[in-house]
Amino acid sequence: MSQHATSYVPKSAFAKWFESRLPIAGLIHSSFVAFPVPRNLNYFWTFGGVLFFMLVMQIVTGVVLAMHYVPSATMAFDSVEHIMRDVNYGWLLRYLHANGASMFFVAVYIHIFRNLYYGSYKAPREVLYLLGVIIFLLMMATAFLGYVLPWGQMSFWGATVITNLFSAIPVVGDTIVSFLWGGYSVGNPTLNRFFSLHYLLPFMIMGVAILHVWALHVPGNNNPTGLPIKSGKETVPFHPYMTVKDGFSLVVFLMFYMYWVFYQPNYLGHADNYIPANPSVTPAHIVPEWYFLPFYAILRAIPDKLGGVIAMFGAIVCLALVPWLDTSRIRSANYRPLYRQFFWVFVGVCILLGWLGAKPADGWYVIASQIATAYYFVHFLVILPLLGLFERPTPMPGSILESVLGSQIKSGAGMPVGATAAPQSKG
Amino acid sequence: MASNAATNPDNGSEPTRRDMLFLATGAAAAVGVGAAVWPFLQSLAPDAETIAAGAPVEMDLSPIAAGQTVKVFWRGKLIFVRHRTADEIKAAQDVNVASLRDPQPDSARVKEGHAPWLVVYGNCTHLGCVPLGNQGQYNGWFCPCHGSVFDTSGRVRGGPAPINLPIPPYTFVSDTKIRIGEGAVV
Repeated sequence: MSQHATSYVPKSAFAKWFESRLPIAGLIHSSFVAFPVPRNLNYFWTFGGVLFFMLVMQIVTGVVLAMHYVPSATMAFDSVEHIMRDVNYGWLLRYLHANGASMFFVAVYIHIFRNLYYGSYKAPREVLYLLGVIIFLLMMATAFLGYVLPWGQMSFWGATVITNLFSAIPVVGDTIVSFLWGGYSVGNPTLNRFFSLHYLLPFMIMGVAILHVWALHVPGNNNPTGLPIKSGKETVPFHPYMTVKDGFSLVVFLMFYMYWVFYQPNYLGHADNYIPANPSVTPAHIVPEWYFLPFYAILRAIPDKLGGVIAMFGAIVCLALVPWLDTSRIRSANYRPLYRQFFWVFVGVCILLGWLGAKPADGWYVIASQIATAYYFVHFLVILPLLGLFERPTPMPGSILESVLGSQIKSGAGMPVGATAAPQSKG
Repeated sequence: MASNAATNPDNGSEPTRRDMLFLATGAAAAVGVGAAVWPFLQSLAPDAETIAAGAPVEMDLSPIAAGQTVKVFWRGKLIFVRHRTADEIKAAQDVNVASLRDPQPDSARVKEGHAPWLVVYGNCTHLGCVPLGNQGQYNGWFCPCHGSVFDTSGRVRGGPAPINLPIPPYTFVSDTKIRIGEGAVV
């Protein structure tokens, strides 16, 4: 679609003058106004817009918070309390930012599971998918760096545990860790560089997100049937159809977000983080933020340091390899009866891992974590490749139009006239 | 440019002046990038102030009662100084060394003639949490984060920690005083 000439026609003399020098209005018009999307997209397709909004939200609140925050081991904690008590609306900005991180992950997990359910990662969208995985990794790095900044007990010990992951690397591990810390332990140099990187990474996310949208606009959206677009009748223009749908979804999502901000602003955090960092005492029960819990459970499930670290990063590598691990030619789980069941089992296992990650590392929790971790990898490395070979797909509609309009098109004599009259809007 | 190459009689047979320029520029650029990256990387290493703060610290052991552990910081790293009881020393010595994950006899973990004094880094060798003293199966330390167990010699006896709690560089100045950080590698 990006190769197509835009249908934008500049009206004013200035618009004409400008467009002939920098055709950005035409680019925006063809990307977000006239851009054809499948007419059968459901509400799970609105989370890309929600995510873009959340990225902007985090950048805007973050830039303002950075005007009041002091990245120093002696002053960081107090400056956060200063934001909470003295800065006008500082409490609101901080709660928007802290809960915004959680909401960002709520939206991204829905976005990822929607992708896995409808097989959106399959050809020709592998690069689009990989860019998404990179954004996910950058989001995790940014969230971790940001959580260190208040310099409370959870900040300090979270930073200690996560940076120590790199000490598992043979030979050079300890050198890498001292370069991450800028010292022999987590301290002031660590906090300073984490602040710098926490400010940098969101703009890198923005850059990759723009590539992500570009890579989306080449093949266009997948859709609940997983079928390719065959005619212009199967699409609607982005505006107003998707703008209003994305907008409605965003408003509902904002209500959910604001519930946390105004009624449970600290529920998703940890009380221990309101205790200033103390390098001589580790909190009795150290857990990461909820969005890291499944990966944390995988880390703890392996009774070997290097093995645990490899398993944790391997969990994300598996995710990145899904386009090549899934051997089925059918995209949508709607027509894959077995995959659909395994998908929901996998969702359940991920939630179970998250729950286990918040539990202490002893007793049957360890064994349950090990079983769930094993299943996580089996899902990617065994079930996905084999399903494609043995699964018999259920009957599929012949086209998106057929799935939307049902038998009235099936029994009709071919396409309505209009369908073949506008094939130019298709890739 | 295709037309350019077609009109160049030397193309494909002999190196041209442009090939020479290309190689020379590329080589200089590679060296330049390497030289430019180096200071950026080195700036991330522990700085002079951090290293200077690692001067040796002296510690008086006389107020530490048997069975007591005192925490002290050197180079920003936590160190346990544990005055072990006779039972704890015996428990640490009566171990089949070969059965340990990181085999070390107790004698290699204390200074000769100072068996009651165990001086170890206070961060778990798994992911750096502070283990809790006098807890766990061997009454040494137990790490609440991921369940590593250490004995009264600071040796790993269970859980994910790969090695024993390391021993910082230290010497006995007198029978009741140690100096931590003596002869440390910067």
